[in-house]
Amino acid sequence: MSFDVERARRDFPILSQTVRGKPLVFLDSGASAQKPRAVIDAMVRCMEERYANVHRGAYFLSEAATEAYEAARGAVARFINAADPREVIFTSNSTMAINLVAHSWGRGVLKPGQAVLISEMEHHANLVPWQMLRDEGRGIELRIARVTDAGELDMDDVAAKLADGKVGLVAITHMSNVLGTVTPAERLVRMAHEAGAKILFDGSQAAVHRRVDMQALGADFYVFTGHKLYGPTGIGVLWARLEHQERMPPFLGGGDMISMVTLDRVEFAPPPAKFEAGTPPIVEAVGLHAAVAYVSAIGMAAVEAHERALVDHAMRRLSDIEGLGLLGRAQDRGGVFAFSLDNAHPHDLATLLDRAGIAVRAGRHCAEPLHARFGVEGGTVRASFGLYTTEGEIDYLAEALTKAREFFA
Amino acid sequence: MFDDLRDLYQEVILDHGRKPRNFRRLEDADRTARGDNPMCGDRLELFVKLGPDGAIADAAFQGRGCAISTASASLLTETVKGKTLEQAHALSDQFRALAMTGTCPDCGEALSEEMERLQPLSGVHEFPSRVKCATLAWHTLNAALDGAKEASSE
Repeated sequence: MSFDVERARRDFPILSQTVRGKPLVFLDSGASAQKPRAVIDAMVRCMEERYANVHRGAYFLSEAATEAYEAARGAVARFINAADPREVIFTSNSTMAINLVAHSWGRGVLKPGQAVLISEMEHHANLVPWQMLRDEGRGIELRIARVTDAGELDMDDVAAKLADGKVGLVAITHMSNVLGTVTPAERLVRMAHEAGAKILFDGSQAAVHRRVDMQALGADFYVFTGHKLYGPTGIGVLWARLEHQERMPPFLGGGDMISMVTLDRVEFAPPPAKFEAGTPPIVEAVGLHAAVAYVSAIGMAAVEAHERALVDHAMRRLSDIEGLGLLGRAQDRGGVFAFSLDNAHPHDLATLLDRAGIAVRAGRHCAEPLHARFGVEGGTVRASFGLYTTEGEIDYLAEALTKAREFFA
Repeated sequence: MFDDLRDLYQEVILDHGRKPRNFRRLEDADRTARGDNPMCGDRLELFVKLGPDGAIADAAFQGRGCAISTASASLLTETVKGKTLEQAHALSDQFRALAMTGTCPDCGEALSEEMERLQPLSGVHEFPSRVKCATLAWHTLNAALDGAKEASSE
């Protein structure tokens, strides 16, 4: 299926604007993606025509909103090929989804003496919750698999750290938000399960760039967020097998997550409602539904193919720039490029690029240990692509970087 | 492409950013403090040596940062030398006003020569996300003079 990027760009109203007198070149989709008209319209329509609280009222609007909210769950389940829509828990973002597992599975199911295995290339969202769990004195160890100089997961180290059978949960990124590295997910699932561990993937980046298939992957938990997937902020997804949800104690208590409450006792609602305390992100769910419908209509295969071409192009163009040091050169990678340029500080560089209308992120991208691992404590500049990114924009970035180098020389 | 950025990155700033002055550790410092900008990872340590008269006899810094924060720290070490603690505090207040607004209407004549030297950093006020880069060293100076150990420009 052919993908017309120029046509897709017209779906994103924000992309037609100029910034500082220059056409906007938005290369920070890895932090948060822009929104297509379909998402914006769906959310407006929801608030204008179909809005009320869900799971509560026996009146038309509430029933309509409930239907829309649950339809979103179904759409997300289909998007990731989940076996059952109840496997989809709506959270506020990936961070909350991982915290939910860390609290509920980590404190309710993991036993003292067991370990959690993560990697050096985790976003802080998949690092800090596990450090907090480790530091609570429950006897849960945190192991950290190394990353090779090429920016790939050191699979020998993963195997070594799984070998004693003490790891109860592997929690690893499916695609690094700094290196762009896509981890060998199927192989990791196999290794984790053979070692008696469950496995969680942080799919915040991967789910945007590739088709993810829960039934084919066979993992235990998978998290991603709406706002990187061209949807709104305020909604994320935790996919969790029903049998795991049954074993997990609730994370947050409140309305909507109970089946019966007296002043003396409480019975929790069945999954996934058990994990959705309080009024959920209703409008955001409608927006996320529109977002997955939008990318599904384009086709994740087409999105992935477009991105592969962009990655190849960016590799060529960035490699040509003298003094540019790219972090990570993984074989299997997505459209995320973190780099340094001679001695130019990332913030100075980002300020320059901003003048050219180019939006990039500067800093450590919520991955401080990874920057320390590569000896760039001061941070990097990161350009990350969306489905609307063009080769022309990458050329323009390369041109701007060459001129920036002259500026600081 | 970047010509209009010469206001922000004036030659003085690029020069001090590349070759910071007093970029060393003062082993016998009387006051030191660390400054940290967790947002961007800039980090510096400031050293102040007091003379027998109680004025600042020497100032130096170490650390890592962008051109603006490095230049600001470098210019700081040059301008506070010979100042009393009170003058250094006043200079810090005035500089921060300059960095945030581009001007300092309340600045008197007393430190006008020093403020003149710091003027090249005034362009930063047009870049809200970069103001903290310019003020980090000065927050750290205040912390050092007040006997605190840490400062953050967050």
